[in-house]
Amino acid sequence: MSAKTAGLGVGALAALVLLAFVPRLGNAYYLALAISLLQYTVLATAWGMFSGPTRYVSLATTAFFGVGAYTVAVLGEILPWPLVLLIAAALGAIVAAIVGLSTLRLSGVYFVIFTFGLTELIRQLVVWFEVNKSRVLGRYVFVDITQADIYWQLLGLTAAVFLLGWLIARSRLGFALRVIGEDETVATHCGINTTFAKVALFTISATVMTLVGAIMAPRWTYIEPSIAFNSMISFQVLIMALLGGAHRLWGPVLGAVPLTLLFELLSARFPNTFTIILGCIFLLIVYMLPRGVAGLFEKLSTTPGGKTTERVAA
Amino acid sequence: MTIAILTGLMLGGMYALIAMGLTLQYGVARIMNLSYGEFLIAAAFASHWLFTGWAISPFVGLAVVVPLAFVLNFAIYKLLLTPLVRRAPNRDALEVDSILATFGLTFVIQGSMLALFGGAYYSYSFLAFPVQFVGETVAANRLAALGITILLGLALYLALTRTRAGTAVRAVAVDPFAAQLVAINVPQASALTFALGGALAAAAGVLISTFLTFSASSGVVFTMKALIVVVMGGVGNMLGCLVAGLALGLSEALVASYVDPGLTLAVNFALFLAVLLVKPAGLFGRATR
Repeated sequence: MSAKTAGLGVGALAALVLLAFVPRLGNAYYLALAISLLQYTVLATAWGMFSGPTRYVSLATTAFFGVGAYTVAVLGEILPWPLVLLIAAALGAIVAAIVGLSTLRLSGVYFVIFTFGLTELIRQLVVWFEVNKSRVLGRYVFVDITQADIYWQLLGLTAAVFLLGWLIARSRLGFALRVIGEDETVATHCGINTTFAKVALFTISATVMTLVGAIMAPRWTYIEPSIAFNSMISFQVLIMALLGGAHRLWGPVLGAVPLTLLFELLSARFPNTFTIILGCIFLLIVYMLPRGVAGLFEKLSTTPGGKTTERVAA
Repeated sequence: MTIAILTGLMLGGMYALIAMGLTLQYGVARIMNLSYGEFLIAAAFASHWLFTGWAISPFVGLAVVVPLAFVLNFAIYKLLLTPLVRRAPNRDALEVDSILATFGLTFVIQGSMLALFGGAYYSYSFLAFPVQFVGETVAANRLAALGITILLGLALYLALTRTRAGTAVRAVAVDPFAAQLVAINVPQASALTFALGGALAAAAGVLISTFLTFSASSGVVFTMKALIVVVMGGVGNMLGCLVAGLALGLSEALVASYVDPGLTLAVNFALFLAVLLVKPAGLFGRATR
């Protein structure tokens, strides 16, 4: 088993090194596409980290993404970049902890309702603050960050997310979450502190989403609340994670990569009906592939490989 | 002060009406319908179209739009949601599936409306003259909408408590499994109740279109407010809907006139959280779900 893990690690490292050279290709279009791919990979994986094992559907990806982006818009020019990222991550974690503590103690529906409105709530609060207190609506982001820098940061974050997800899945926390996902009452009776486990993982996942927003912010030079808090991101991330299969760490990638490419194509070809097509694709996935591509693979492979048995979703 | 309270009551009555449809859909048919507000806005557009295109009064339009919405929602339940009901092993699984399916539906409907009407805000002028009411000046269309809301709410209440079909619906809300034992056709009752909820959403949409501006993408806000009212009042509880709706409307109007109109949503959420922390089952809900 350890040889297999080592092999996997070496393979992942090789892929990482190889991917790090993408900006050297010198093609701006491919770099932009690669950034989109990484962005959605990280977001979908982070979404799956929490919603996969617990089966609590979070609709608030945009809220955290927007918090990150807006933090950069406000502080980007004042503070050094690493500090800005740190503050963004902290803000995302605080918001997530507040939301988690107030809703995750209860049944899943309240969490869904709250996350459904969270984006709109934060957007309204930001607008209110900007109009009444700082008296600027819409900010320019002038930071010294190139597209290649964004790409490398996202790549680093991707690696970190997968490593983190892998570690969590092997830890007591990951095990606790899988029990909660199967049956919350049983989990409570086993002595699992369900609230702590849920809030902790929700916070981790939200912090990652916030960081993605912060890293992506310099890509737009102009940010206003309606750009930063665009609810399409929540929706797209949800589709990707579900297509791939959120119950596996590597599942969301399987959805993120093909769908990012497809959306790129569709939004250019059919800008007016893009939302309708997106909704239809999503409905198809919900009805035809309830366990995603990852679930399909599991069904097809009658002989479970070492990697699968290790993380059977109980 | 009187005007703020009056505005709040009118707004709250509207929220109560919006939430009644959703509480039927969620409390009885067990479908957490995230596309609820989209159906409401679609009805608002239909009313706008009837009024500006054919000069049909929205109150007459109700007689067209509401039955249409009933049929449409019935078809949606039968075609789209019944497979999910059959597939789901338990209530929680159905909840997740219905959330996902109706979330997808939201984008289909919203996208269709964006393609048809664009992102602009729509409104039309109907009964837009001031009238005197308890010493304050209010718009006639708001007052008329409130009157119809009260009529609809009363009719629904009487239908649910005084008729045989209404009793069956309430039985399904309490326990869908046990309801079968007393010869209630639960799938049929669920489908009809879901359709009734959709019809109420359409009625609310038509009424709202007479006094509010709306756009293709404003459905989300209505869904959210309806959800908040439903949870605050206790799922499936009509009286809870009314009280929670009025509370929401009043608090919004008071905050808008005395603090800042930009903070209404924050107040909604604060109220929602406060109720959740004190009484997680809602104001009138039973302790267990």
